[in-house]
Amino acid sequence: MTEKHTLISPLPEGAEAARAIAGRHGNRPEALLEIFHDLQDELGSVPEAALPILAKALNLSRAEVHGVVTFYHDFRRAPAGRHVVKVCQAESCQALGSRALAAAIQKNLKVKFGETTADGAITLEAVYCLGNCALSPAIMVDGRLVGRVDAARFEKIAAELTA
Amino acid sequence: MIRVFVPRDSAARSMGADEVTAAIAAEASRLNVSLQIVRNGSRGLFWLEPLVEVETVAGRVAFGPVQASDVASLFKSKFHDGGKHPLGLGRIEDHPYLKNQERLTFARCGITDPVSVADYVAHAGFEGLKKALAMTGAAVVAEVTESGLRGRGGAGFPTGIKWKTVLDAKVDRKYICCNADEGDSGTFADRMVMEGDPFMLIEGMTISGIATGADKGFVYIRSEYPDAIATMKEAIAAATAAGWLGANIQGTDKSFTLDVRRGAGAYICGEETSMLESLEGKRGMVRPKPPIPALEGLFGKPTVINNVLSFAAVPYILAQGGAAYRNYGLGRSRGTLPFQLAGNIKHGGLVEKAFGLTLRELIDKFGGGTLTGWPIRAVQVGGPLGAYLPAAKLDLPMDYEAFAAEGAMVGHGGVVVFDDSVDMAAQARFAMEFCSIESCGKCTPCRIGSIRGVEVIDKIVAGVEREANLEVLNDLCQTMTDGSLCAMGGLTPSPVQSAVRYFPEDFHRPASRQAAE
Repeated sequence: MTEKHTLISPLPEGAEAARAIAGRHGNRPEALLEIFHDLQDELGSVPEAALPILAKALNLSRAEVHGVVTFYHDFRRAPAGRHVVKVCQAESCQALGSRALAAAIQKNLKVKFGETTADGAITLEAVYCLGNCALSPAIMVDGRLVGRVDAARFEKIAAELTA
Repeated sequence: MIRVFVPRDSAARSMGADEVTAAIAAEASRLNVSLQIVRNGSRGLFWLEPLVEVETVAGRVAFGPVQASDVASLFKSKFHDGGKHPLGLGRIEDHPYLKNQERLTFARCGITDPVSVADYVAHAGFEGLKKALAMTGAAVVAEVTESGLRGRGGAGFPTGIKWKTVLDAKVDRKYICCNADEGDSGTFADRMVMEGDPFMLIEGMTISGIATGADKGFVYIRSEYPDAIATMKEAIAAATAAGWLGANIQGTDKSFTLDVRRGAGAYICGEETSMLESLEGKRGMVRPKPPIPALEGLFGKPTVINNVLSFAAVPYILAQGGAAYRNYGLGRSRGTLPFQLAGNIKHGGLVEKAFGLTLRELIDKFGGGTLTGWPIRAVQVGGPLGAYLPAAKLDLPMDYEAFAAEGAMVGHGGVVVFDDSVDMAAQARFAMEFCSIESCGKCTPCRIGSIRGVEVIDKIVAGVEREANLEVLNDLCQTMTDGSLCAMGGLTPSPVQSAVRYFPEDFHRPASRQAAE
């Protein structure tokens, strides 16, 4: 590092957190998924700047670290909206109209799966099974399961989230 | 003190169990009624959730489905004191849905406080482990072999043989891994165990460790199950504090420690070798077999990998003996399977029965038919990689071999019902699409084949050289079946080809402009 003026050029976002979290996991390479989870829990995403720091700390190549973070659907490269809504699109929910529900939800929020509403309130995602198959169609709102969802029930939920 | 039970199961919570709990606590305090609220697991009668139970001298009486707005009227009718209420269901154990089951694995789920060691022990918990602690590893394995238990994750491999392979491996380190990446749509029994009776899974895994000489275990739980992850962690801490996990279990020379690992949204990590890669902190890429994980598994060491339900069956087998378990079932499918009724079904939930009952008994007798009330058209058994069966095949007995003979699979026991509004060409397309989204990408038949599969089905639906493309689809399915490294690519053709075979009319509808898009 030739940069001396660390006070006026702070470390890129996430670097410090990445180093601390890796340390908490003993810098063990097999803990990489847990580290990504912890990082995302703390920062809302796994920022690019964290990857070279983790590679160095865990003695992995940057390609390996990049390979892992991009393999798993869970890890975001940029923070989500204030709320995350996951809509189940798997067979059991399909049997009770999840395709139509998904269309209604996307229309209601004016976003497609994988997008965030313009006001940054809700990120909408498709998910394949939430384990609530006896109470389909199911969605998950900020980690909380909701069963027997229809367009009307979702409207209420969305109104609460954006209130 | 009066004890009231409201499940903490995430499905019950998804219907308002937390709000009901808060309302009961508030109303009790307002009326100065002294009662204790226990957050139990779910009984698995999900259409009745939130199911509130009250302990009485005559047993536990239930009310459901209860909403927070019902709570005031419940107190008004003195539900906590034997009073009648329109939501009353009587003694829950007498409910036909429960009474007609053979609950061995789910004997305790919904009855106890899931994270209370004392409650678990009071309900015959750790009886199997106590026996195993006094036995040799070989004797434990022999008991499991005797039971006829086969892998409940779907593949149905004999558990005893797998354990013996690990036991016989002479190395310094071995592992026990529980596959709790329950990603198949239509299945939730693993989740119910982890949220409703987690000590049973801990006990089963500990017995497996004692049997095979492993002292370290991991539970790999999918991230879509945050409640299961939290409850398992809580239970592991409680079991450790009570001396049922950790060093010198109950004062013996046996040790076993257990850790929870979170998945990260990859369906493929339910495939055992992919799960191992993920547990090692890597991309969830499938490993070629051989070597089998029982010889070279986690970190290259001999590893027992079983599904939640396989481990959960073990405490009963040790406590009651392999022969007791074997007495249930038929042919080479011994014991019970916790079936899961899902999709378009009136009474969705968990039905644990001995192998051998028919799909029709499950769906009609327990499930009460479709929720919409329309006729059943198709049933998918065994998850997204299971075949679609037409209504005419409902008399098939639930048995590994009988299903295999039909090109279908019992799998993990998930049963997803569709009414006659289902478009089977869309379901076939989804099977290919799902495979393309979730393929690990290691082998070409799965990675590319699934994308070609979506395209070919689109052409068929659009009416483009239909017969020729149906032949291409068949050819593609054959390639995927024969050439894929694991069950993901290898079994995706199963729902596709069964849809074409049993519902050909859906692939021969007049082409619409919409479908061609």
